[in-house]
Amino acid sequence: MQGMICGFLGASPWELRAFGTMKFVLQINEGPYQHQASDTAYQFAKAALATGHEVMRVFFFHDGVNNGSRLTTPPQDDRNIVQRWSEMAQQHGVDLVLCIAAAQRRGVVDTDGKQRLEKDADNLAPGFRISGLGQLIEGIVLADRLMVFGD
Amino acid sequence: MSILHTVNKSPFEKSSLESCLKYVKANSAILLIEDAVYAALQGTEIGERLGSAASEVRLFVLGPDLRARGLVDKPLIETIEVVDYEGFVELAAQYDKVQAWL
Amino acid sequence: MEKKLLYLNRRAPYGGIYAQESLEVVLIGAAFDQDVSLLFIDDGVLQLKKGQDTTGVGMKNFSPTFGALEMYDVEKLYVSRESMAARAINERDLVVGVTVLNDAEIADLMDEQDAVLSF
Repeated sequence: MQGMICGFLGASPWELRAFGTMKFVLQINEGPYQHQASDTAYQFAKAALATGHEVMRVFFFHDGVNNGSRLTTPPQDDRNIVQRWSEMAQQHGVDLVLCIAAAQRRGVVDTDGKQRLEKDADNLAPGFRISGLGQLIEGIVLADRLMVFGD
Repeated sequence: MSILHTVNKSPFEKSSLESCLKYVKANSAILLIEDAVYAALQGTEIGERLGSAASEVRLFVLGPDLRARGLVDKPLIETIEVVDYEGFVELAAQYDKVQAWL
Repeated sequence: MEKKLLYLNRRAPYGGIYAQESLEVVLIGAAFDQDVSLLFIDDGVLQLKKGQDTTGVGMKNFSPTFGALEMYDVEKLYVSRESMAARAINERDLVVGVTVLNDAEIADLMDEQDAVLSF
């Protein structure tokens, strides 16, 4: 039925859909450098922001939590993955969330966790926060599109 | 619903693209990103399968990933369209949802 | 308005953490009362194989979690007939009750979803 009406108007059903501003939530399953996932996600987020869309939240899961470590020192002549996420959070207010269970397992800790888990250090990078998996589901419920980047 | 399927692994490394092709429906699209861009080259072992899917499904490949891998001097499958990251975003908005084949 | 969420599982257990950690998402996600389906295709069907004994490899056996899903009202578990056959396993080899689907039915299931979580 929709096809008939659209054919009549001379447009395809897909063109008539109003895209408008999209709210994206991104899920990143892999750590920095090991896989391209974090890079692709970053470039996608950057392009989405540049074209007027909203990147509501970026949720880091599995090894993806390593994107939130303050202690990385990549070579000077290569991109600084952690830092550019921090900058995106600062400049555009993108909510960067590490899954608490995954982060704990892999040793990415905020000041709260350092105390709670009785560690001698914390290492969370600026602009990131550590929270529950509920943040991913909530993001999916509230956003228009879920994008998953992994290996 | 129309789906934008993203595939990121080389078809010579993993069967993700093959699996995607089993389930992709008409009016959906496949976007090749990262190592999956090798599937966009004309004349590969998977090229024919991908090309024949193109009769019902739109095929896209991420240009920056082709360029990174030195593939701009190789001919691509006829029906495949090259997009950049902004094109990727547009496709994600245009299709009803995005399904990642990792 | 509840969304239809599909958890797409395509990997075998233990060789990587994806199977185990994705179940954690399912359990926590259950509290959000969405319309959840779990789909196991390709090597994902192997996650459900019964009789997993991990004592020799020193890893946690997380397969009992599949039995607990019902308590969280996560009841829609779908498995690919073709993927099982290709791997010489069948419905009787599985640790929980599932709905077995053919490729066309799986494509239909994917079509209906609002969002797909891939691991």
